[in-house]
Amino acid sequence: MAKLIKSGAFTNDDPWVVVADDEMVQEYNLISLDRWIHQQAELQPLASRGKLGLYLNSDQTADLVAEQCRNFAVISVDFPKFTDGRGYSAARLLREQYHYAGDLRAVGDVLIDQLFFMKRCGFSSYALREDQNEANALAAFSSFSQPYQAAVDNDKPLFNRVSR
Amino acid sequence: MYQYDEYDQQILNERVAQFKQQTERYFAGEIAEDEFLPLRLQNGIYVQRYAPMLRVAIPYGTLNSKQLRALAKVARDYDKGYGHFSTRQNIQFNWPELKDCPQILAELAEVQMHAVQTSGNCIRNTTTDEYAGVIAEELVDPRPYCEIIRQWSTFHPEFAFLPRKFKIAVNAVEGSDRAATFVHDIGVHIIRNEAGELGYRILIGGGLGRTPILGEVIRDFLPEQDLLTYLEAAIRVYNQFGRRDNKYKARIKILTKALGIERMKELVEAEWDRIKDSATRLTQVELDRVKQHFIDPEYAALENNPAELVNAKAENPAFARWLERNVREHKQAGYAVVTLTLKQKGTAPGDVTDAQMDAVADLSDQFSFGDLRSTHQQNLVLPNVEQRQLFTLWQQAKALGLATPSLGLLTDMICCPGGDFCALANAKSIPVAEDLQVRFDDIDFQYDIGEIDLNISGCMNACGHHHIGNIGILGVDKKGEEFYQVSLGGNSGGRGAASIGKILGPSFSRAQVPDVIAKVLQLYVEKRIDGESFLESYKRIGHDTFKETVYGKAD
Ligand code: SF4
Repeated sequence: MAKLIKSGAFTNDDPWVVVADDEMVQEYNLISLDRWIHQQAELQPLASRGKLGLYLNSDQTADLVAEQCRNFAVISVDFPKFTDGRGYSAARLLREQYHYAGDLRAVGDVLIDQLFFMKRCGFSSYALREDQNEANALAAFSSFSQPYQAAVDNDKPLFNRVSR
Repeated sequence: MYQYDEYDQQILNERVAQFKQQTERYFAGEIAEDEFLPLRLQNGIYVQRYAPMLRVAIPYGTLNSKQLRALAKVARDYDKGYGHFSTRQNIQFNWPELKDCPQILAELAEVQMHAVQTSGNCIRNTTTDEYAGVIAEELVDPRPYCEIIRQWSTFHPEFAFLPRKFKIAVNAVEGSDRAATFVHDIGVHIIRNEAGELGYRILIGGGLGRTPILGEVIRDFLPEQDLLTYLEAAIRVYNQFGRRDNKYKARIKILTKALGIERMKELVEAEWDRIKDSATRLTQVELDRVKQHFIDPEYAALENNPAELVNAKAENPAFARWLERNVREHKQAGYAVVTLTLKQKGTAPGDVTDAQMDAVADLSDQFSFGDLRSTHQQNLVLPNVEQRQLFTLWQQAKALGLATPSLGLLTDMICCPGGDFCALANAKSIPVAEDLQVRFDDIDFQYDIGEIDLNISGCMNACGHHHIGNIGILGVDKKGEEFYQVSLGGNSGGRGAASIGKILGPSFSRAQVPDVIAKVLQLYVEKRIDGESFLESYKRIGHDTFKETVYGKAD
């Protein structure tokens, strides 16, 4: 089991689970984008109550979800392999272009040394792979104190953030 | 050159601490080999044939004497007493121990140097013209733009795991492309538009390797302040849509070819449209701040061709020859740009010892305001030398073995480390370079041939840029044996339009290579019409004539 980091701490208290397309949707389920597109009408009430989540595979871009992101309390983005960096763009676009305000969750091959980048790109929870050291993981979020670029966590680049 | 402020230094110090901790976790067995791989790569560490190799960045080829001494110290303390300047203006050490690397990086950080993103699937060191800032032909000094790109790309959170490596090159001299921008993932040409405003022409999708392709123009004019937002848009498109299933098809050149330049342009422009007014857009304040770091040193008011120089030239033909070959006109009257060639017979191209590095640092302090450049032809440059001191400098450089008057000539070849060091190699490359250096040692013959680029790579990865050598040599593996494929007609864009060389025919054994090159050169000498360069003759006479000369006529 992956270990969930949320709001800067590990937690065991998280109800969200992925549901396969051929299973019944319940509260706190993460569904596929495909399912949402086909069953939007029947799933809308659950979504409106903040009880529906979405999962994105790494080959699904944020632009496929676009404004619809607001229907979901949680969106998880999959990293099938830690070297697959597509999820970083997906996260930034959801936050910056579509103003997604829910919980953006990194899942899959989530390792300590990606956490800093993930946080910068707008992730707010992280399903850390189970073999990873917890203390090191929490420390990794503050690897750099003043990064150069603008991203989600710091919406100004260094040259606009401080006087140099 | 750029001096770090407290923020730059802090970022680098934090990086040193981060990698130290990562290495400790690796040695403690907490990070698996394949998961440590990208971490060490993004800190410049390869594991190659015999030992790890550490590649230290020399951002856009600019460094100072203090930094060169620090590199000499690394060579002395952690290596076998030498370093290797690469074709990407960086320096590589072939023998450090992995356990020492965090300490080496800590020492380098003290002189504002690092190995950040010199490897791995991320944005690499941005390269530019080695004569940036000191020649009259350039529109503006390209280095401030390279530094701006360096800062933006350093630990870019979105682009640390791209499909493949990503290289950007910047050029500010119209018609002469010493940065080889056409064979980079993105090429940036600094230009003025018709209204006289400063900006960029952007090329995309160039690259060497297995599928050499020249970049195409994706934008004719991009305003000066829009550089970073545009790069961010282009790389975001690449990050999302570049292939990840096959590393040989993962570069942006393949995506660009697959989509077509028009579709690529649509995607990039659409992405750019939504971020171009974001906070990442450059400000005049920031442009000015960075440019301030690249202002001219305090040049003395001097005349061109002082008596000291004119006399020494008349009295000493060897000096005159060096002057003609290795010294270049400077934008400032009374000054010159001097190239120290790292191509001595008997040493691998680009290799320098720690003692030579220290000595070059001294020369740079004595003659060139402590300023230095590394070049993609694997040489070093003293960019600001008073003409009246050239003779004294020459004598000292000669004593160090760094004044071979061969810049741009046959023996000034480019050569990757190849099978002697590199784990990826199909064949050795350094012995080929050595054979050729011995065979064509006669300097008069070299002068007769004139300027020619001969580039050697030990495998398809093309670190030796064989595709863009006028003569290219590529190591190939045939049933476990080393063979060499020769191509002709490549051009980096330094003189005339960039082009990719064409393969001559079946490959040769190493012993055959010098004879083959001799035949090619002989044909050129026989057929050239006065003043024609090798490349011009090649184009006129045609590839097939060269082929017949080398392989004999096909019946
Ligand atoms: S071209 Fe091949 S052999 Fe030469 S350095 Fe690059 S990877 Fe190694």
